[in-house]
Amino acid sequence: MAEAHPVGFQWVMEAKARGATVIHVDPRFTRTSAVADLHVPFRAGADIAFLGGLINYVLTEGKDFREYVTAFTNAAELVGEDFADADVEGVFSGYNAETGRYDPISWQMDGAYEAPAAGQRDHWEPELREEHAAFTSDTAGGVGDQAYAPSDPERDDTLQHPRCVYQVLKRHYARYTPEAVSRVCGMGVEQFLAVARAITENSGRERTTAWVYSVGWTHHTVGAQYIRAASILQTLLGNMGRPGGGILALRGHASIQGSTDIPTLYDLLPGYIPMPNAHLHEDLQSFLDADAAKTGFWGHMDAYLVSLLKAWWGDAATPENDFAFDYLPRLTGNHGTYGIVRDQIDRKTFGYFLVGENPAVGHANGKMQRLGMANLDWLVVRDMQMIESASFWKDGPEIETGELRTEDIGTEVFFLPCANHTEKSGTFTNTQRLLQWRREAVHPPGDARSELHFYFHLGKKIREKLAGSTDDRDRPLLDLTWDYPTFGVHEEPDPQSVLAEINGFDADGNHLASYTQMKADGTTSGGCWIYTGVFKDGVNQADRRTPGAEQTWVAPEWGWAWPANRRTLYNRASADADGKPWSERKAYVWWDEESGSWTGHDIPDFEATKAPSYRPPEGATVEDALSGTDAFIMQANGKAWLYAPTGLADGPMPTHYEPVESPVANLLHDQQDNPAREDIDRAWNRLNPAMSETYPYVFLTYRLTEHHTAGGMSRFLGYLSELQPEFFCEVSPALARERNLEHLGYATLISARTAIEARVLVTERMKPLRIGDQRIHQIGLPYHWGSNGLSVGDPANDLLGVVMDPNVHIQESKVATCDIQPGRRPRGPALLEFVESYRRKAGVEPGGIT
Amino acid sequence: MGVRTWLGEWPMFRQATGSDPLGRGAAVQSPRTRALEPRTREADEVVKSVCPYCAVGCGQNIYVRDGRVTQIEGDPDSPISRGRLCPKGSASTSLVTSPTRVTTVKYRRPYGTEWEDLDLDTALDMIADRVLDARRRGWQDTDDQGRVLRRTLGFSSLGGATLDNEENYLIKKLFMALGAIQVENQARI
Ligand code: SF4
Repeated sequence: MAEAHPVGFQWVMEAKARGATVIHVDPRFTRTSAVADLHVPFRAGADIAFLGGLINYVLTEGKDFREYVTAFTNAAELVGEDFADADVEGVFSGYNAETGRYDPISWQMDGAYEAPAAGQRDHWEPELREEHAAFTSDTAGGVGDQAYAPSDPERDDTLQHPRCVYQVLKRHYARYTPEAVSRVCGMGVEQFLAVARAITENSGRERTTAWVYSVGWTHHTVGAQYIRAASILQTLLGNMGRPGGGILALRGHASIQGSTDIPTLYDLLPGYIPMPNAHLHEDLQSFLDADAAKTGFWGHMDAYLVSLLKAWWGDAATPENDFAFDYLPRLTGNHGTYGIVRDQIDRKTFGYFLVGENPAVGHANGKMQRLGMANLDWLVVRDMQMIESASFWKDGPEIETGELRTEDIGTEVFFLPCANHTEKSGTFTNTQRLLQWRREAVHPPGDARSELHFYFHLGKKIREKLAGSTDDRDRPLLDLTWDYPTFGVHEEPDPQSVLAEINGFDADGNHLASYTQMKADGTTSGGCWIYTGVFKDGVNQADRRTPGAEQTWVAPEWGWAWPANRRTLYNRASADADGKPWSERKAYVWWDEESGSWTGHDIPDFEATKAPSYRPPEGATVEDALSGTDAFIMQANGKAWLYAPTGLADGPMPTHYEPVESPVANLLHDQQDNPAREDIDRAWNRLNPAMSETYPYVFLTYRLTEHHTAGGMSRFLGYLSELQPEFFCEVSPALARERNLEHLGYATLISARTAIEARVLVTERMKPLRIGDQRIHQIGLPYHWGSNGLSVGDPANDLLGVVMDPNVHIQESKVATCDIQPGRRPRGPALLEFVESYRRKAGVEPGGIT
Repeated sequence: MGVRTWLGEWPMFRQATGSDPLGRGAAVQSPRTRALEPRTREADEVVKSVCPYCAVGCGQNIYVRDGRVTQIEGDPDSPISRGRLCPKGSASTSLVTSPTRVTTVKYRRPYGTEWEDLDLDTALDMIADRVLDARRRGWQDTDDQGRVLRRTLGFSSLGGATLDNEENYLIKKLFMALGAIQVENQARI
């Protein structure tokens, strides 16, 4: 955190100054480790073993926050009799070895089908999909099911029943003992116990513990399960919805949160409504039946979706035509970025827009990315600098090796300069869901324009070209609401008008104040329901700038947080079942008997006047079905899930699997790696075999304080390039001796994809680890470099292959294997032969570009 | 020039007799350095902004003079950052005034070996044509079982995490109306 989110880290130091204990669990020793009370180095890719070990410690020592667990979680509910745990074998019931996918029907609770509030829907086999059609759609995101309205599952409030979640969890993690964890992770038993004691002693009524993570947890074939493991632990310890608690994702780009909320992602519509699927969603009703929960706040998905359709298609969206639900294109499966690039290489898709992203450097398997672009008809790059993804046809690594020739690449490339953050107004959503408005300071130079300008005018032009078309497929374009007011010589669209559309309007054209005002009858509009309220009272709430020193510590008047300006989600859980703060020290939001409402330091994430004693009447729906203790209001049953009966593609409880490229065998289960992971088996994406002697070392990629992601905003700048001028690899003195690597000399790193070179940094910060009876070396690689800019170097991501998590289709790029040799890499075609010789030695199939 | 004034120009004297015994401030100023003013003081206006790098969302004050950015500083009002910026945020001035920034359209024709210049409006018109052509070629009305798809796989988009919410919104909205489902960004990686 001190490295990649330095200014956020000031708050960790502030907490430390007030007595907090800071523990850093990371394979590397970084600036964070340097100021932590305890640094725990361990093996990359072993986090579920570590977190599972902590869960086991909490359960076997009885350290869970019992009152919290019984009030707010599904611990007492019984799992169905058909469920079989992963156990020694490491595979849960419902696995189909032929397809490599799970049918999660056996994971269900006893006597009730539970609806996921988010997550995985596309893991159903086609036949199962038909069979269980009413259970789920096959798109990710979204929620529940109406046909199977959740009835209450069987439960045992004593938590003793062998099939209750508490006991199921306890058995699942029983093998994750301190000794086992220490063997798998390469950390000492005492070190592990020190962490376990610290977090349990620091959780409960009086104290809370926060976990902070970044892509070190998500870039794995089991990434979603890493986060699940942390949420189980935090829920057991009562650290969710409370001040100083939580699982905090530190995100890497200024508005990566915003681009997830208003998703430029294939599987979502704004506000986490899933994209409709061809198989199940023929009309609006079948979509809602399959995806909208009957209970909890997702029960209003109809209002959120109809308001969205009204925002997009205005008067053309009527009750008679299902509010133009038909205008939305349909999914049939995974259309994530790596699948798109595979289709580019196969010439199944022809055009590509790159807007502020540099996949030639920033994505795993850079060769795959560049081959994709070399097989396009056209490519539009919008950026400030001449990034590698725009110039690959001229100077990419494949030109150097002779795999591609400039004269043979048919891709037509348009480089359009874009405006920077000072040259346009608009909102970023930061990592804590806070929208902050930036005001335009100067005009963009030359041909540079904002994306708002580009897409608005592109849309206008396309609509002009199609004017008068009678083709049915053009109706969504021609009926689109696309008339934003513009200003200035370049006819810049007014970003406030776009934000106001996102916020939404009522039938009289007033700005909506809250998503609770949205209706399913077409009388309201709103482009992203969770952002409704950002334009409350016609005021741009994201532009509020009351200085921090002039308001409370929660700072509610700086910017605006979704939803409803709540700063901590699920904060009802900061009070006990009766609505009283768990302790004076940790008071945050509580029930005020006198006024009959919730109150506190933050805006309550709960219906303001629903008393803790409220119990839903028989047959209640939406929020009325949630009791006064159901703090997790987006869940259909209002509970935090310690066991997830649905929503995940690879098991209801996190299980330790080795990374696909691992130097060791799985010491906890027979199953080596995630049996449900996704592969791309192509000549340009060869994988290193597990436990390979040819590729014996682990490497991990990371960021530096002085550079930003793929370098487009840092490698071109003088100061930053001077601060971190060159690509390097971090190796331990022991590995340096083993491979004759010289400090400040060059090393060549080799995988089944390619070989790259880096300057050598020999440092005690990297420590060899003992795993079982093997000694494991780890190599650290910052991934910012490419061939363009002031500071140049080989891209670390070129070394990686693509193998993915089945829930979110994210690649395993935080751990893989390689060899390392002293000296520079071969140049030109010799590089190909060099890499091929390694593949031959490792028994890997030949590489290639098709 | 009186003796006093002459002596007063001598840094050692000022250091020994003035309020700056360590010689880190007033004592070591020359007439030239005394006349220097921070860029921030000459600004015509100070515009409130947010750092464009990571998602901490530190507040920035943009100092503008004659329609150009002259300096970017941390915003002390921000309860998130309290005026601080990290090396990247502090380099924002050089980001927005970079001499290597490309400010005109560049065009590479198929099989071409060099960049060419192209007029922005022409480029926009050519791109619109290509979008419609790729949309048509990649269009799918139904799947092999006759279920409605109403979509195109002809082209795709990548990026969004560095853009504004309003911009992401227009991209998603336009792509949905085009029937183009392949929209992705950095959140996938
Ligand atoms: S100044 Fe640094 S920590 Fe703050 S938002 Fe910018 S990059 Fe992030």
